[in-house]
Amino acid sequence: MTIKGKAFIAGAYEHPTRKAPDKSVMQLHAEAARGALEDAGLTKDDVDGYFCAGDAPGMGVFSVADYMNLRLRHVDSTDTGGSSYLAHVAHAAEAIAAGKCNVALITLAGRPRSEGMATGTAARQGNPGQPEVGFEYPYGLTVANGYAMAAMRHMHEFGTTSEQLAWVKVAASHHAQHNPNAMLRDVVTVEQVLASPMVTTPLHRLDCCVISDGGGALVVTREEIARGLKRPLVRVIGAGESPKFSGGGFMDLTYTGARFSGAAAFAEAGVKPADIQYASIYDSFTITVVIQIEDLGFCEKGRGGAFVADGNLISGVGRLPFNTDGGGLCNNHPANRGGMTKVIEAVRQLRGEAHPKVQVPGCTLALAHGTGGLIATRHGSATLIMERI
Amino acid sequence: MAERRYPEPVVTPETGEFWQAAKEDRLLIKRCRACGKFHWYPRAVCPHCMSGETEWVEAEGDGTIYSFSVMERAEVPYAIAYVELAEGVRMMTNIVDCPFAGIRIGQAVRVRFAPTEGGGKLPVFVPA
Repeated sequence: MTIKGKAFIAGAYEHPTRKAPDKSVMQLHAEAARGALEDAGLTKDDVDGYFCAGDAPGMGVFSVADYMNLRLRHVDSTDTGGSSYLAHVAHAAEAIAAGKCNVALITLAGRPRSEGMATGTAARQGNPGQPEVGFEYPYGLTVANGYAMAAMRHMHEFGTTSEQLAWVKVAASHHAQHNPNAMLRDVVTVEQVLASPMVTTPLHRLDCCVISDGGGALVVTREEIARGLKRPLVRVIGAGESPKFSGGGFMDLTYTGARFSGAAAFAEAGVKPADIQYASIYDSFTITVVIQIEDLGFCEKGRGGAFVADGNLISGVGRLPFNTDGGGLCNNHPANRGGMTKVIEAVRQLRGEAHPKVQVPGCTLALAHGTGGLIATRHGSATLIMERI
Repeated sequence: MAERRYPEPVVTPETGEFWQAAKEDRLLIKRCRACGKFHWYPRAVCPHCMSGETEWVEAEGDGTIYSFSVMERAEVPYAIAYVELAEGVRMMTNIVDCPFAGIRIGQAVRVRFAPTEGGGKLPVFVPA
């Protein structure tokens, strides 16, 4: 069975808040859900499938679905970190294709900014039942230095430079200047990225994504329902998932699961990287983008640094317009999980609803890719390919 | 400058021997009797072949730096690293007792044991 063409993204909504000290996480989930349903032209009573991940308070889907008083016949609480929401779209498409639900709602929300969370730089022990805890936590493993070790190895093997990494942030900032909701709207230069304080070598502060409150939601449905709604038709044509782990002590930090999830998605969609007109690429850090672009096949392994340089990711300038909302680096990284906003901006591009300054003309084929967890240890990887019909 | 303090590692039924050996300045790694391969972090069940016949072996304690990063945004800056042991496995650790600016990928390092807050010891590495 393939999911190709079996499901449509009919609703997409990014919560406008970036700091929400006066709202609960549950409220943000429900507000995002309401936004996506209104965008689709559906109501909560149309929803019969619900999807959420580890950002949702409570056991699996229970508390959020109960809060919204949903009546469901299909649920899925797959948690692969920031890539979860791309996996949810694929799982929703599978469920729809199998007749298990008709209208799937996916939500994400969180408030790490209001809660003062040192998202990237604090070592967290996690659950003591995790077998790796004793062998990682005492050494001060954080999100940031985990990605930084991947960056160091990439530089060592391929000659990637800090200037090349900085270009990823520069491109994101060119896009964010047009997004009134973006946290960071100032255009920055390579020199400014390199002059920002070092967080963990070789990653500077401006190589790291923002910490923001917020949320987002998607509505996925079958073709008959999508065609009855007054929205542009965005069809899911390919999906792939491939978590990657530490290999029993034989890990290779130079590639991610995108190598496999991307290949699977392209094969299912029947398209090639060169066909993609717009790409949402997970940007927890600048290095994340470089490695994923290679793994997805937009360039050869090791050539990602050269590929992203000189504005090649800037819409209207370069070969591969990416993260035209400003991405996690400048716009939003709600709940420390960027997969949701990656899908939302791809949907905007395919609908022709991105900001006119960053809209890719005649955009009919887009890719969204997410990485969740730490590429230095264990991470999720999910790729979606969507088309406008 | 303040000293970096190491938290007491979580000890499980699978790793008690490892941490006891660390207190005696010995680095143990696991090898599988069925497939003959080493693995890291230590497990009762071999991650290469699923055999339950894994055994503790004392590592030579020599390795090279596979990758590292100097965390500067911390109360006491520190160098996290993956070290590839002579036995072939890559383990997360810290590089200590050297100028951080001189740390390089490929550099030869040797194990040492740093005291933890609760009276245990943690394997870290210093330039060889």
